[in-house]
Amino acid sequence: MTNEELQACLTGEFPKAEVKLGKQYVEILVESDELHAAAVQLSKVPELSFDYLFCLTGVDYPEKMQIVYHLESTKHRHTVVLKVNTADRIDPNVDTVSDVWQTAKYHEREVYDLLGVKFNNHTDLRRLFLDDSWGFPLRKDYKDEVRIVER
Amino acid sequence: MSETKEIIISSDKIHTDQYLVNMGPQHPSTHGVLRLLVRLEGEIVHHIQPHVGYIHSGIEKMCESLSYPQVIHLTDRMDYLSAHMNNEAVCLCVENALQVEVPDRVKYIRTIMDELTRLASHQLWWCVMGMDLGALTTFFYGLRDREHILDIFEETCGARMTLNYSVPGGVMFDIHANFQKRVKAFITEFRKKLPEYDQLLTGNVIFQERTNDIGYLSLEDAIAWGVTGPSGRGSGFSCDVRKHNPYSAYPLVQFEEKLDTRGDSFARYRLRIEEMYESLHIIEQLIDNIPEGDYAVKMKGVVKLPEGEFYQRVESARGEFGVYIVSDGKKNPYRVKFRSPGFSNLFALNKMAAGHKIADLVAIMSTLDLVIPDIDR
Repeated sequence: MTNEELQACLTGEFPKAEVKLGKQYVEILVESDELHAAAVQLSKVPELSFDYLFCLTGVDYPEKMQIVYHLESTKHRHTVVLKVNTADRIDPNVDTVSDVWQTAKYHEREVYDLLGVKFNNHTDLRRLFLDDSWGFPLRKDYKDEVRIVER
Repeated sequence: MSETKEIIISSDKIHTDQYLVNMGPQHPSTHGVLRLLVRLEGEIVHHIQPHVGYIHSGIEKMCESLSYPQVIHLTDRMDYLSAHMNNEAVCLCVENALQVEVPDRVKYIRTIMDELTRLASHQLWWCVMGMDLGALTTFFYGLRDREHILDIFEETCGARMTLNYSVPGGVMFDIHANFQKRVKAFITEFRKKLPEYDQLLTGNVIFQERTNDIGYLSLEDAIAWGVTGPSGRGSGFSCDVRKHNPYSAYPLVQFEEKLDTRGDSFARYRLRIEEMYESLHIIEQLIDNIPEGDYAVKMKGVVKLPEGEFYQRVESARGEFGVYIVSDGKKNPYRVKFRSPGFSNLFALNKMAAGHKIADLVAIMSTLDLVIPDIDR
């Protein structure tokens, strides 16, 4: 599917979500309580069949934490960017999608480690790279007086 | 701290004749500081829990306070064997964001450099793979041939591994006067040497016994775990970014995406050898036709990206490498994420190695071709 066709298809499939055509990919923004259902739908609907999650990350914006999923369908070769905003920036949590795309299990652990986003129903949510004594370094308000020199 | 806790907790559940063994962080076959917590019963591996982060260097955090040209210099410290592909990914991402069209000469040079890097990486992988399985001679053969590529790099880029050759808008300086001549001489020479690799290792009975039907990964698992590169293609997962999302001069050249459906260690081994032939084939098509022109377009002194999000995928020697840049219009990025192929590939290891003997775990890890800084970043 081309991006325009994909956009039309997604608008039909997800009436509640916000679908727009970004600079490169079609982007779909869902509510955090609908994330898991949307993930299942994206992977299961035959016309979509997004089976390959190639990037999962989080971004710390001033008012919210955003989790970004880059998905590709190995069958149709189209790409979509799934986004979800957490309600709370300080104590963010969203549902896990590791039961839909298994690779998410460790990508989510990385996001938890570096941004402090909790993934509900995750089977093994522990820090990945850092020790328990660290804060969440990719947050914008992270302070480390020893290692980061303010200019 | 958390790890010791985990061992204690899980040891309650362990059957009396199963035990936990730490493989690494200092183990010769992990080729870096990676620790695998292996649950064993006798010689049989039951479960593998990889522990990463021993050389986590916070590159993504550092990028947030650096300018875009500076970010490039950090990317080849991650996967130091795919240095040029990593550099190129950031450059392409910046160029796409600014809608800069680079000259054809740059595209050709970058693609040749990509393939030379891939060859050098696969050569090192091959010699180390043999060594992991006890065949020391491969190490000398592989390094002997890799040296020629590194010499070519040194002459043109000034560096042998961390090239830093790509810059936004082009390459840092023009290719050396000897470049084409030496690359062609290398290809002629290496075409003669490459069959030796097969003669030395591929047909060896011990090697065959240790790789055939070992470390099976199904196509479904490869996709679900995001295993890319030759490791994913060994399971039949068509994931070559050069084919599906071509960049630089890849749309102009003929090459095959090699696939294998066997999914075992031998398939992954075989594919990397075949990829070396394809890389030679790609370079041969380009090396005589490098167009005349500028080696870079003039960029502004301070590179500022427009507000928005940009993603660029490239095929590194290990699989799909991605750069995700969120820009707020300033001279340094708001957020950078590097999607490294090694990270996803590593965590599929449990799927491949569970049920096999501990010695096979070493062989399976070799076929994944892990580079640890690529995982930890």
